[in-house]
Amino acid sequence: MPEPEPREPGSLAPDEAVTPAGGGASSLATSDAETLEGGPIPGGTASGKARSLWSDAWHDLRRNPVFLVSALIIVFLVLIALWPGLIASGNPLQCDLAKAQEGSQPGHPFGFDTQGCDVYTRTVYGARASITVGICATTGAALLGSVLGGLAGFFGSWGDALLSRTADIFFGIPIILGGLVFLSVVTGGSLWPVVGFIVLLGWPQISRIARGSVVTARQHDYVQAARALGAGNTRLLLRHIAPNAVAPVIVVATIALGTYIALEATLSFLGVGLKPPTVSWGIDISNASTQIRNAPHMLLWPAGALSITVLAFIMLGDAVRDALDPKLR
Amino acid sequence: MGRYVIRRLLQMVPVFIGSTFLIFFMVYALGDPVAALFGDKAPDPATAARIRQELYLDEPLWKQYGHYMGQILSGNFGTAFNGQKVTELMADAFPVTLRLTLVAILFEIVFGITLGVLSGLRRGRSADTTVLLLTLIVVSIPTFVSGYVLQYLFGVKWGIVSPSVSPEAPFDELLLPGMVLALTSLAYVTRLSRTSIAENSRADYVRTAVAKGLPRRRVVTRHLLRNSLIPVVTFIGTDIGALMGGAIVTERIFNIHGVGFQLYQGILRQNSPTVVGFVTILVIVFLMANLLVDLLYAVLDPRIRYA
Repeated sequence: MPEPEPREPGSLAPDEAVTPAGGGASSLATSDAETLEGGPIPGGTASGKARSLWSDAWHDLRRNPVFLVSALIIVFLVLIALWPGLIASGNPLQCDLAKAQEGSQPGHPFGFDTQGCDVYTRTVYGARASITVGICATTGAALLGSVLGGLAGFFGSWGDALLSRTADIFFGIPIILGGLVFLSVVTGGSLWPVVGFIVLLGWPQISRIARGSVVTARQHDYVQAARALGAGNTRLLLRHIAPNAVAPVIVVATIALGTYIALEATLSFLGVGLKPPTVSWGIDISNASTQIRNAPHMLLWPAGALSITVLAFIMLGDAVRDALDPKLR
Repeated sequence: MGRYVIRRLLQMVPVFIGSTFLIFFMVYALGDPVAALFGDKAPDPATAARIRQELYLDEPLWKQYGHYMGQILSGNFGTAFNGQKVTELMADAFPVTLRLTLVAILFEIVFGITLGVLSGLRRGRSADTTVLLLTLIVVSIPTFVSGYVLQYLFGVKWGIVSPSVSPEAPFDELLLPGMVLALTSLAYVTRLSRTSIAENSRADYVRTAVAKGLPRRRVVTRHLLRNSLIPVVTFIGTDIGALMGGAIVTERIFNIHGVGFQLYQGILRQNSPTVVGFVTILVIVFLMANLLVDLLYAVLDPRIRYA
């Protein structure tokens, strides 16, 4: 981690911070910064060496309250997705019809749903489905999209044209509509068809971003220099282009993660995504929606949890973008 | 200009074929439309085979698709499994969804652009931060949550509007559903116009306009707005297609009998001609909206010329 260095006045206000290149030393300087400098400089201890984009971004992020809050929420969500028993002792599938739609009680702070299940326990357990779908779908779409988009952007020619037109085809299909059609025939109600579908319709967005940023990075002088020195395509792509082109992909993927979670909930709400006995916020909201006049608490708790989760990922993406792209400020 | 339009139209052909084929493949190849016709009962093999032959379902998929598209291009969208013509369903559904989309777009333009311009002009101040935070929150709340909550608050608790929409769907009943449909895009429009205004307010031509003594109002409306709204117009244009397809959730919540409603029913009952027919139209709308936006560019920004 870079030491906090002396910066220009006002740099503590994260929204207004200007990013001075060459602010000071960094132990995190990665290969791309070294390439920019024209070769590795051993142990840049004092000022005079440019901080890499990443250490610079991290420097900004650590001071950004939006980033800290959203990161905290996400860490918490991942923890309860892994071990829901940490904060909920009950069983989400153990329900008591006699308590159907009852309000808050000692030991059951969120009340009960129509089946008499404890809303608090179900809300906590619902995090697992959302987080799993979000992370798996984003990883899949980001890998597929950035590899395809990156290769297309690097090599160009007919492969590039083919990929762009294929992406256009997927863009032509409204996403909820595609999800309804695809998931109503690929039944099962488990996580994986949902993840597969989101990857299928999500990769074109990422591949566009990846393609664009690789095309930009490819034209830089240091890439030409490396090529002139005899570097092969693999080395060029992995060592020189990828580190410099990955930032926009990370930003888009983080924001996409939030929207994918919302998409999963929407599909489950429409009855084609996850199905019981999987515990999902979308299913619970769908069940509660018919009873909103009698027992709004059944809808509000899972809906609140869902919204906060999506919000956390979108805020994180926003903060990361601000840190990685100082031009936008 | 004419050549550009023709080139774009030609480029649309493969995209149109690809998108419709993908949906066609999912509906006809992955699902079983004949089995769906019989509901829970197992179909009599002979009858099933006869229906298959009537609907060309015993031929290879690309032939089925070719046959289907041939019919569509001659205006025959086929018959839904309940005997109603798909074109009749469309004549009922599309005007309703079109009205809903129109209301949503109006919300986006009026509130989205106003909020975006106001916060862009006050960049970094508390009003700006508040608007930004609000847009993030709005984007994070899925439509089906905001739909139910607003329906409950406005329709049931306060009784300001009727909670569900009558089959005729007049404009005044579509105000709340239109707002729900618009919310997410409205937030994007706000953010987009804010960024655009903030960027352009530092441009040279704005400084010039201020320096030559123009009143602030004129600088903002004639110089700043006109240049800043180009990306916003693009977004709203491409959003038309997305809104029409995305109205499934909104139409379900407010019981609006539009395109989304018909599609949802069609998909759940595996009513294949309805689904593929409606999707085909939606894809065309989406592609046309994109083309119109690109052409609008040249009108808004005289620097852009299409050869």
